Amino acid sequence: MIATRMLPALGFAPRADRLVERNIMNYRRTWIVLVSGFFEPLFYLLGIGFGIGALVGNVTGPDGHAISYGAFVAPGLLASSAMNGAIYDSTFNIFFKLRYAKTYDAILSTPLGINDIAVGEITWALIRGTLYAIGFLAVMVVLGLVQSPWVILALPAAMLIGFAFAAVGMAATTWVRSWTDFDYIFVVTLPLFLFSSTFYPLSVYPEPLRTIVSITPLSRCIDLLRSLALGELSPVLLVDVAYLLVMGGVGLWVVSRRLDKLLLK
Amino acid sequence: MTTAQPIAAPASPEFAPDRPGVPEAARESLIRARGLTKKFAEFVAVDAIDFDVAPGESFGFLGPNGAGKTSTMRMIGCVSPITGGVLSVLGMNPAHDAALIKGRIGVVPQQDTLDMELTVRENLIIYGRYFDLSRREAGRRADDLLEFVQLTDRAKSTVESLSGGMKRRLTIARSLVNEPDLLLLDEPTTGLDPQARHLLWDRLYRLKQQGVTLVLTTHYMDEAEQLCDRLVVMDKAHIVAEGSPRELIDQYSTKEVLELRFPVGVLETLGTELDGLAERIERLPDRVLLYADDGEAAAAAAHARGLRPETVLVRRSSLEDVFLRLTGRSLIE
Repeated sequence: MIATRMLPALGFAPRADRLVERNIMNYRRTWIVLVSGFFEPLFYLLGIGFGIGALVGNVTGPDGHAISYGAFVAPGLLASSAMNGAIYDSTFNIFFKLRYAKTYDAILSTPLGINDIAVGEITWALIRGTLYAIGFLAVMVVLGLVQSPWVILALPAAMLIGFAFAAVGMAATTWVRSWTDFDYIFVVTLPLFLFSSTFYPLSVYPEPLRTIVSITPLSRCIDLLRSLALGELSPVLLVDVAYLLVMGGVGLWVVSRRLDKLLLK
Repeated sequence: MTTAQPIAAPASPEFAPDRPGVPEAARESLIRARGLTKKFAEFVAVDAIDFDVAPGESFGFLGPNGAGKTSTMRMIGCVSPITGGVLSVLGMNPAHDAALIKGRIGVVPQQDTLDMELTVRENLIIYGRYFDLSRREAGRRADDLLEFVQLTDRAKSTVESLSGGMKRRLTIARSLVNEPDLLLLDEPTTGLDPQARHLLWDRLYRLKQQGVTLVLTTHYMDEAEQLCDRLVVMDKAHIVAEGSPRELIDQYSTKEVLELRFPVGVLETLGTELDGLAERIERLPDRVLLYADDGEAAAAAAHARGLRPETVLVRRSSLEDVFLRLTGRSLIE
């Protein structure tokens, strides 16, 4: 047991794919629930990108060119929906299985271990998020909101966002005691969604507020996706990627530790 | 001893224990515990217990809630690290070989942990997949097991729609999907009605006949007498007695018990009138138990002394009496 604990969380999850298989089995019958996750960001895009966009008109892009407000806001919405999807999947769904259905207790009586569960569930959240991101990017292409071929990299970037938030969301869920505790999680995610430059550039904030907001996770995600969508590459993007990798890695490590404590006592 | 209800048909061949041999080291004992201890912070749940379970036997932990039964079962099932002592399961160490051990045991937990989001049959298939069975093989075993626990017609139902007894049967079917050498059952029939319990006992008896080693916990004496070849009585984290149900009754109780129930208020007034009527006398809140090899004779002697109880019952000693003798308390409070 001690030896297993000392192994790095990422290094040992040989049967994580079985968790993914279980979730596919579940959603094979309830796929309609999955489809709904695609529409949420689409409605935001139509309502805000085009509705508000009609009021705003064009905005100045990072390189000085005028771009439509829709093209500006779309990558922000993609990043936000990748965050929201991952959080949703890794909080409510995990909590139900952890505390009520005792799904993981049953699984731990089989050769699967804690790391298989942690990696498997986060992988599933990632797969789900990837499907949504593909759908959203396709809509962006159809609506003519794509400014640069680099947007193709927005897909792996969205996956990385999903990984980072799913890991942190699942870690937070291990401390949740009842359904009402989820309010604390949404007290964090809603301001992130509203104030992380999803709808307007960071430059509207005065210093030091701008710096503070710019180091919050969703700001890094939006910076990453917007830069790729608008074709504005810079070394800062590597910092964004590293930020998200560390965030996901730490989250996964915490999940493993916490599940071990909760389930193998 | 109490015999299980007659089993008409022999075990169906598809459930014959066709499994790889137990390692040489484990032939003597499938489970071996020496000084096995479990602590939760300051609380000692299991205090340095020793026991052995032989292959093919049916072994029980009998005791009240909180005695340490479930903690012991969780340690055997490799989901609870031991705090002290030595534990070997199937000849392996749970601390190092958890995945290997778990691959060859089946677990029926106290609380149902069925996958609420999947159907009855899917529950069995995915569980088989957790044990690395191919999809085809998992499906084949799922169908056989549904037949075995008489749930074939519910294969496509959701778990939620099943009755308590059906859920327990499905849980047992699930625990068999890897054709285990060792089956751990934590209070398998608690909360079930008598009919559902008998059906479960019948299935467990068949498994036992097929050579599956059963280890179960219970606080029901009738269950222990039905299913266990040998058992240990646990109380407050310790093992207080060990033997077959018959041996325990012979050792710790008399052949018969005379139960006298007096009208309200009379019991408290009784002083020395009962002395000498039996080998041992237990006063319970509502009745007096007189332990004697000849219950009828004791009843006659009590009558001769002028005692007029409301009801008189002579019965054989049971494990409940053993427990009362050993701990001074009833099993179910």
